[in-house]
Amino acid sequence: MISLLAEDARPDRGTGILELVQLLVKPETYDKWAPVLVPAASLAIILLFLLPVVATVFPMFAIWLERKVSAHMQSRLGPMEVGYHGWLQTIADGVKLLAKEDIIPGGADKALFVIGPVITLAGVFVMLAVLPLGPHLIPADLNVGLFFLAAVGSIEVLGILMSGWASNNKWSLFGTIRLATQLVSYEVPLGVSFVTVTALAGSLSMQEIVREQHGWIWNWFVFRNPLMPLVFIIFYIASLAENKRAPFDLPEAESELVAGFHTEYSGMRFSIFFLAEYVAMYVVSAIGACIFLGGWHTGIGPLDHFLQGSRGGWGGEAVSLKVALLANVIGVSVVFAKAWFLIFVQMWLRWTLPRIRLDQVMDLCLKFLLPASVVFFVASVAWEVVPWEQLCRSLPLAERLPRAIVFAFYSSLVGLWFKWFWSTFQVPLQRSVQEKPWVTSGAFTT
Amino acid sequence: MAPTEIHGDVRTEEFLLNMGPQHPSTHGVLRVVVRTDGELVLEAIPHVGYLHRCFEKCSENSTMKAVVPYTDRMDYLAAMCNNITYSLAAEKLLGWEKLIPRKTTIVRTLLFELQRIASHLMSVGTYGLDVGAITPFLHCFRERERLLEIFEEISGQRLNYSYVYPGGFQYPWPDAINKKIKAFLVYFEDRIKEYNELLSYNGIFVERTSGIGVLPPDMAADYGCTGPMLRGSGVARDLRWDQPYLVYDELKKEGVFQVRYYGDRMPNPADQMVKWELGVKGDCWSRYMVRAGELEQSRRMCLACLAKLEKLTDADKEAGAVSVIKEADKQYLAPKGQEAYFKCENPRGELAYYLVGDGKANAYRVKARAPSFNNLQVLTEISRGAMVADLVAIIGSIDIVLGEVDR
Repeated sequence: MISLLAEDARPDRGTGILELVQLLVKPETYDKWAPVLVPAASLAIILLFLLPVVATVFPMFAIWLERKVSAHMQSRLGPMEVGYHGWLQTIADGVKLLAKEDIIPGGADKALFVIGPVITLAGVFVMLAVLPLGPHLIPADLNVGLFFLAAVGSIEVLGILMSGWASNNKWSLFGTIRLATQLVSYEVPLGVSFVTVTALAGSLSMQEIVREQHGWIWNWFVFRNPLMPLVFIIFYIASLAENKRAPFDLPEAESELVAGFHTEYSGMRFSIFFLAEYVAMYVVSAIGACIFLGGWHTGIGPLDHFLQGSRGGWGGEAVSLKVALLANVIGVSVVFAKAWFLIFVQMWLRWTLPRIRLDQVMDLCLKFLLPASVVFFVASVAWEVVPWEQLCRSLPLAERLPRAIVFAFYSSLVGLWFKWFWSTFQVPLQRSVQEKPWVTSGAFTT
Repeated sequence: MAPTEIHGDVRTEEFLLNMGPQHPSTHGVLRVVVRTDGELVLEAIPHVGYLHRCFEKCSENSTMKAVVPYTDRMDYLAAMCNNITYSLAAEKLLGWEKLIPRKTTIVRTLLFELQRIASHLMSVGTYGLDVGAITPFLHCFRERERLLEIFEEISGQRLNYSYVYPGGFQYPWPDAINKKIKAFLVYFEDRIKEYNELLSYNGIFVERTSGIGVLPPDMAADYGCTGPMLRGSGVARDLRWDQPYLVYDELKKEGVFQVRYYGDRMPNPADQMVKWELGVKGDCWSRYMVRAGELEQSRRMCLACLAKLEKLTDADKEAGAVSVIKEADKQYLAPKGQEAYFKCENPRGELAYYLVGDGKANAYRVKARAPSFNNLQVLTEISRGAMVADLVAIIGSIDIVLGEVDR
C-alpha cells in the first residue's frame, strides 16, 4: 500500500505527503531519497498520529462521550467518579478488562476464536490509511482510495464470522448469520453511493474527491445537486448498518441474542471488538465527512482557497513550511469536527430508536435503499450532464445558481426542522420549571 | 437427528434454541425452548418452576396475618395490589367487611391505582427495552423512582411493602403524603405524553409490535387470559367495572373511567360492553397501548381518590387512623370449613385468593390464582410463525412476573 505512494504521485497535483516532504528537506536530499522518505513520512503519520490518537485516545473519548450522551438523554449523570466528570472511566474499564481472566470456551475452535477479533480490528484499522486528515496529511493517497475502503471494509465481516462460528454458541451463530446477512446487503447501497460520488468527482482518490469540493459550502458534494442530500442519507443509513449501530444492532441485540456474536468473549478479547466498533464509527463518519461534507474544507471560500494554496503545486506559488503546517492543523480540526458531528448523530439515534427486525432490515435495504440509490445515481449523473453554465449564464449568480438554490432549499429544510426540534424541548423545559416537583398549586376538582 | 424440511431447493434444518432461564429478556427465570427454522419460530414452549417457593403450602402453615409478606413476593412489581387482594379475601373469610372504615377503603383504592401506575411504568419501560429502545426504560424508571419514594414513606419499604393487612394497615396512613402524591400525579401527566411521543407512536416501534403475536378474543378467553392481555384483544372485562370492589363503584358513577381505543378499527360506541381502555387487534401493540392508556386512567382515579380523602369528615378520618389489626389480632380465627374467594383486577390481570378456614389462626387452604400464569400459557399459540425478535416482543407484551407464575 505504501509502496504505491511514489507511483501515485502525479506531477501536476501530487500527493500531500510528497509536498510536505519537499518542504521539509533540501531539494538535493529530496531528489536522492524521495522513494524512501515518502513512505517513511506516511509510516510516521500512522505511527505517531493515527495509532496513538485514533487507536487509543479516540475510543477512550468516544466511549466516554457515548456514556455521557446516553446518560443525559436518560436523565442520568453517567460516569462521574473517575476523573473530572468521569473522563478517566474508560481507562479504568480498560484496566479491568485487561486484568480479567482470558477465557476460551472448551468447545470453541481455539485458533479461529483467538484470531477473529484481531482480524476484525485490523480490517477496521487498515481503512484509516486512506482517510485524508489535511491538505498534506494522508498516510496513503491511493488512486483507488474509495474502492479500497469498500473492499477492506468487508474484512471486518470475515473476522466476526470467524469468531461467531468459532464460539460454538447458538446465540453467537444467530448473531453471526444476522451480521453476514445485514453487512453483505448494505454494502450494495453503500457502494452505489460511493459510485455516485466517484462519478461527480471523477476520481477514486480520497484527496482528489476532497479537493473537488473546493470553494464555498455549496460545492460540497452533499449540496452538489438536488439528489445528493438523499444519497448522503442513504450512505448514512447504510453506514449505520455496516457499523452495527442502532437501529441496526441486530447482530449483538442484547434483548434477543444475549450479546450476539461476542457472547463467549470476555476480557481483552471482548474489548478488541469494542475498540473495533468505535474505530469503525470514526471511519464511517470520516468517510462521510470526506466524500460528502467537504473533508478538510471549511466551506468558506477564501479559507478553502488558502488550504488548497498551501499545497504548493496547486496554486502555482511555493509556500513555506509554516503555512503548510497551519493549513494541516486547520484541516485536521475540520475533519475531526465533521466526523465528530456525524458520530454524535449516530449516538443520538442509538439512544432514541428501537431496534428493527431482520426482515425489516432486509426490506429497507432491498426494497428501498438499493433501488433509490441506483435511481439517485443515474439522476445525479444526468443532472451533471445538463449544461447549467450555458443555461444560467444570463441569470444572477450565473453558473452558481443551481447549486445555490439546492443549498438554500436543503439548508432551509434543516433550519425549519431545527426550529421545530428546538420548540419541542423548550415547552417541557418551561413546564418543569413552573411546576416544581412536590409543590402543588392547582386544586383537583371531581 | 432433527427432522428436515425441504423448501424449494433449499434444505433447511430445525434448530433447537434454549432461551433462558438466564436470558436478558425473559423477565426473570422463564425458560423457553424454541424450535426455530432460521429466524422463524416454529414452536416456543415455556418451562416454568425455576422460582417455585411453595407459597401456598407456606401460607397454610402461617397465621393469616403472616401470609401478607409472602404475597409481596408473588407479583413483586405490584406488591401492594397483592397485599390488598389477600387482605380483602381474608376479610371476606373472617367476615370483617363491615368493620373496615371508609378512609381505609379509599386509601386502599388509592394504593391499588398507584401501584398499577408503578407496575405499568415497569412494563412499558421494559417493553421498550425488549424491542431495543433503552431510553424510554430509564425515563419510566425516573417516574417509578418517585412512586417508590412515596411508597417508602408510607410503608418503609421500596418493593415488598407488606403494608396492607387484613383489617387495616401495618402503620397508620401518613396524611402528609397526600400532597406529595398529588404533586406527583400532576407532574406525571406530561410524562405520559413523553412516553407516547418517544415510544408508543414511534414508527419503528409500531412496525415492530403491530400485527405481531395476535391473540384472538376467543382464544384469550379459552386460555383464561385476563387483564391487558384480554382487553388488548378487545374483550371488555375489567373486574373494577364488572364486580366493583373497594370504591370503584363510586369512581364508576363519577365517570372516572375513560374510554379510548387503540388500533385501526373503532369499536361501536353504542356497544355498552365497551367502556374502558381497549385494544382492538389483539397484537403486541394493542396490549402495550392498553397499559400505556391505563397509566392515564389510573392517574385520574388516584386524583379522584385524593379528592375523596379530602372530603372525608373528621369522624371518618379518626376512624381510619386506628388500625383494626391491633384489636383483632387474636381473632384471626376463621370458622372451620368457611370458604372465601376474592378476585381483584391486578395490573397483570385477575388475581384471586381462595381461602378455607380451619378454626385456627391459619387457613386450611390458601390458593392463589395468578394472572401471569394463565397469560403465559398462550405464548406457544401466539408465537407460532413469528421471528426470534418477535418472540422477545411477545414475551414482553405478556408482561409476566415469574414470582407470580411459579409462586
